[in-house]
Amino acid sequence: MSEIAQKVKSIIIDKLGVEESEVTPEASFTNDLGADSLDTVELIMEFEKEFNISIPDDQAENISTVGQAISYLEENVK
Amino acid sequence: MSLRRVVVTGIGALTPIGSNANDYWDGLKNGVSGAARITRFDPEKFRTQFACELKNFNAEDHFDRKEARKMDPFTQYALVVADEAILDSKLDLDAIDHDRAGVIWGSGIGGLWTFQEEVKSYANNDNTPRFNPFFIPKMIADISAGYISIKYSFRGPNFVTVSACASATNALIDAMNYIRLGHMDIAISGGSEAAVTEAGIGGFNAMKALSERNDSPQTASRPFDKDRDGFVLGEGAAALILEEYEHAKARGAKIYAELIGGGMSADAHHITAPHPEGLGATNVMKNALRDANIQPEEVDYINVHGTSTPLGDVSETLAIKKIFGEHAYKLNISSTKSMTGHLLGAAGAIEAVACVKAMENSLVPPTINHFTDDDQLDNKLNLTFNKAQERNIRVALSNTFGFGGHNTSIIFRKLEE
Repeated sequence: MSEIAQKVKSIIIDKLGVEESEVTPEASFTNDLGADSLDTVELIMEFEKEFNISIPDDQAENISTVGQAISYLEENVK
Repeated sequence: MSLRRVVVTGIGALTPIGSNANDYWDGLKNGVSGAARITRFDPEKFRTQFACELKNFNAEDHFDRKEARKMDPFTQYALVVADEAILDSKLDLDAIDHDRAGVIWGSGIGGLWTFQEEVKSYANNDNTPRFNPFFIPKMIADISAGYISIKYSFRGPNFVTVSACASATNALIDAMNYIRLGHMDIAISGGSEAAVTEAGIGGFNAMKALSERNDSPQTASRPFDKDRDGFVLGEGAAALILEEYEHAKARGAKIYAELIGGGMSADAHHITAPHPEGLGATNVMKNALRDANIQPEEVDYINVHGTSTPLGDVSETLAIKKIFGEHAYKLNISSTKSMTGHLLGAAGAIEAVACVKAMENSLVPPTINHFTDDDQLDNKLNLTFNKAQERNIRVALSNTFGFGGHNTSIIFRKLEE
């Protein structure tokens, strides 16, 4: 697993209070990991802070699973 | 129309001198001070370096980490005391009509810590607006009542009163009136405050409202003492279950006391200073006695606002003498803020619990830290100095007054069949 993927997972575990085993690539923040709309916004903000990037709103809307977050960040973090 | 009667059937408290209602009462009865050097932040640069903080409060003992993170401490305290009060009331949550159960809470400030931290984090970055999505829902004062309603599915009247240090008493009066009028049968009422933060201490320091007796925190809150020099900030919460009398009787509930009336008034004088002759304080006790439909002579105990400020303590005793006349000298009067510090918007809630426990135990909690009489005060009044006094309390009155000139009084009576 990439360093980015590892960091993304630990942010999700911390913010959503879920077990590591639940954080699979297919897991949806809202449907599987118990996040509400505010939690999702907070997650995106944490990714931005951790990786020092800015994720535009129209891109953030497409990040709804663990795997989507990891691939977006792997592509965009320099 | 005749009004329905309202009784207290459950209590909960989280205070600087006790983390549940019984421990709180033990602290009150034994004259314990909750003041100490501030641990929450480094107070070294502040004029006041002590407060009445909660002792050993750990949010993770009560909530899972994810849940705790989304709540300001004032909401955490609210949920903890609501839970204690609900358990104490032995209400069967599966049997009650949830549409007729409400939550009316009080908080003077709301999420001060949250506000402080979010604004600090904004100011410390490059001014790009990056606010946490939980900032607003954590901070707003009314979220406490929202959380309590969600926890117990109480779907009746739900809001938070804001009148500075009178907030919780306003909440209790509103809850009482909505039950009296038939809008609900049960209410979780009370208040919570968590203002022991840099912004809270610094803000009140700037007003010169706080005691600066850093060399002796435990004797700093000294209402009615000649050398009082301001109030001591406290934090915590208390909850009371208010219930319509027949509803409580039908389920065989333990009834602590009847809440027989409440009064409200404004000084209409100054934003922070009390009216020098205690005009608002006089009117509020008059209004409460009238609402309770009792004579001044029936009152045994007054839990005063008595914050230990030079002006406030004087005007409140003047008001008591105006209303009670000769009977003022037969009353027991005490300021439990001498022990708990001043919990701002939660003061009325913890002091209501103090009244209810005092009635239950026939014991008046003391005004501790009395060293020197103040000749600006009438020293013939029984201010219950330094040691609790035994007394059969049939009727107890509690005053709270807030910055802005808001005054509130409530009156409890021992239930006689």
